[in-house]
Amino acid sequence: MNHTIEAHSIKLGYGSKVIIPEMDIVIDKPEIISIIGPNGSGKSTLLKALSRIVIPLSGCVLLDGKDIHQLQPQQVAKIMAILPQTVHAPGDMTVYDLVAYGRMPYKKMFEKLDSDDQECMAAALEATGIRQMLHRRLDSLSGGERQRAWLAMALAQEPRLLLLDEPTTYLDIHHQLELMKLVRKLHQDMQITVIMVLHDLNHAARFSQRMIAVKDGLLFADGPVEEVFTVENLRALYGVETTIMTIEQGGSSHLVCFPHDSCLTQRA
Amino acid sequence: MREAAIDPRGTWRTGISIIGLVALGVALFWGIRVGTVPFSAYDIWNVFIAPASNEAYQIIYNIRVPRVLVGALTGINLALAGCILQGVLRNPLADPGIIGVSAGAGLAAMSVMILWPGLMALVPAAAFIGALLSAGIVFLLSWDRGIQPLRLILAGVALAAFFGGGMSALMVFHSDKVQGTVNWMAGGFQGRSWNHVQMILPYSLIGVLGAMLSYRHLNALQLGDEVAKGLGIRVEKARFFLVVLAALLAASAVSVAGLLGFVGLIIPHIARMLVGSDFEYLMPCAAVLGATIVVAADTVARTIFSPVEVPVGIFMAFLGAPFFIYLLRKGMRR
Repeated sequence: MNHTIEAHSIKLGYGSKVIIPEMDIVIDKPEIISIIGPNGSGKSTLLKALSRIVIPLSGCVLLDGKDIHQLQPQQVAKIMAILPQTVHAPGDMTVYDLVAYGRMPYKKMFEKLDSDDQECMAAALEATGIRQMLHRRLDSLSGGERQRAWLAMALAQEPRLLLLDEPTTYLDIHHQLELMKLVRKLHQDMQITVIMVLHDLNHAARFSQRMIAVKDGLLFADGPVEEVFTVENLRALYGVETTIMTIEQGGSSHLVCFPHDSCLTQRA
Repeated sequence: MREAAIDPRGTWRTGISIIGLVALGVALFWGIRVGTVPFSAYDIWNVFIAPASNEAYQIIYNIRVPRVLVGALTGINLALAGCILQGVLRNPLADPGIIGVSAGAGLAAMSVMILWPGLMALVPAAAFIGALLSAGIVFLLSWDRGIQPLRLILAGVALAAFFGGGMSALMVFHSDKVQGTVNWMAGGFQGRSWNHVQMILPYSLIGVLGAMLSYRHLNALQLGDEVAKGLGIRVEKARFFLVVLAALLAASAVSVAGLLGFVGLIIPHIARMLVGSDFEYLMPCAAVLGATIVVAADTVARTIFSPVEVPVGIFMAFLGAPFFIYLLRKGMRR
């Protein structure tokens, strides 16, 4: 089943501070969608609203046509998995323990993990390539391995929607690329909708089909990568002059941008 | 997934459980046996098999048994309250004092002892009400669409300072009557009876039941609010019930034992060093450890300088704090 998530004129903020005055978004296709925008534009807050972590001040977020805050939290957790930007876990927790949390939405009180859960966890560990690290402690893993363990936890929820907030932040370029390729593979193999906030524009351009650009709390552009990822848009979004070109790589091509100068007049 | 069946920590956990329960049994038995009048295992056996109103029965059934039971239940309650608070507030320094429980109980109990000395029998009830009232004030101060952990800690510290001032004022203005309050303030089990067992037992049962119901929530809350929400936990609701549960546990403990520090703060840490931070194993371990240590320490405290009794709180602080520092340094070297 294809799941849809819609934001209807949502207003977001904390207390009296409004971050997003009004925004409408519809996500109804299993695509990889990147949310881009300058620091403080509200892209993380938008992702948090879509993932029901932040309650809108007004307006509503609908999951399959129903208000996401009215739905049973456990039901939502079976459809949607989220990975926040900064996560912490006790260092003595093992990969097995962490991935087992992904099965929580499926368990009633006192119910133990059964063979279905075990299979599902095995599949999640297989997909992220950390099956052999099952009993390793989290504090013995490298940054890239740890991020994959968290991703495996999210996958154990068997989500149809995967929301990631800057998943590559603490990784070096090698592990950034590995993670992005993993995300693309998950999307292709399981037809999961991926919505992620990305800082790296070139990752966003290469790995996603749709781009949502946010500026000053407003929807600046929303559409296929080729339409959103333009010199004009990047100048208006970031105040940076760029050159955008197409790179051919292993039979496929994607856009990349080279920032070369900031246009101060635009920023002022 | 066959690998899961061979969790390398399984044997260790089973071993710790067995050792813990045996240690608790030994501590209870030893606590009943020794004292001004020592008894043999045969005497104790007789009391439970063939009750007779002789001296042995009086001492064992009416003095020793309730005393070790109150000690054990206090240990369980304080250790569980400490575990829950450290988990919910994600702060290793959290203990029952941090939600205002100790300060509220202290001020209420001290007021009764100093201002209305005729009502000494009401001290446990007053301490219990004082503890819950002050926890309630701390909750109100930290409320913003649910309990905010950092605000809760700061509000708790502020309230403890305020009530601490009240206690100091009472001591200054009634310096002649302070003597009687010292033992209670240090925490101890002198003269605890079956009444006290009845007072604390219901809360211990609620606490154990609550711990069994909530260990998954506590585990998920350790991963942070956002992840817990993503896993389908109602974070605000879970946190509220857990903090209330901790307040009840701690309030019932201070009402029968006085201001017994140390247990609620340090037992959870020792338990974590032993079995790790998974609450499914951490809470039972802490409960057994808390009960064992309180009973054993109380037994030593009342026999070591016999006939003078050292309040167990003082005794535990002197032995427990250095032991904890030793564990901490050992853990760091690893």
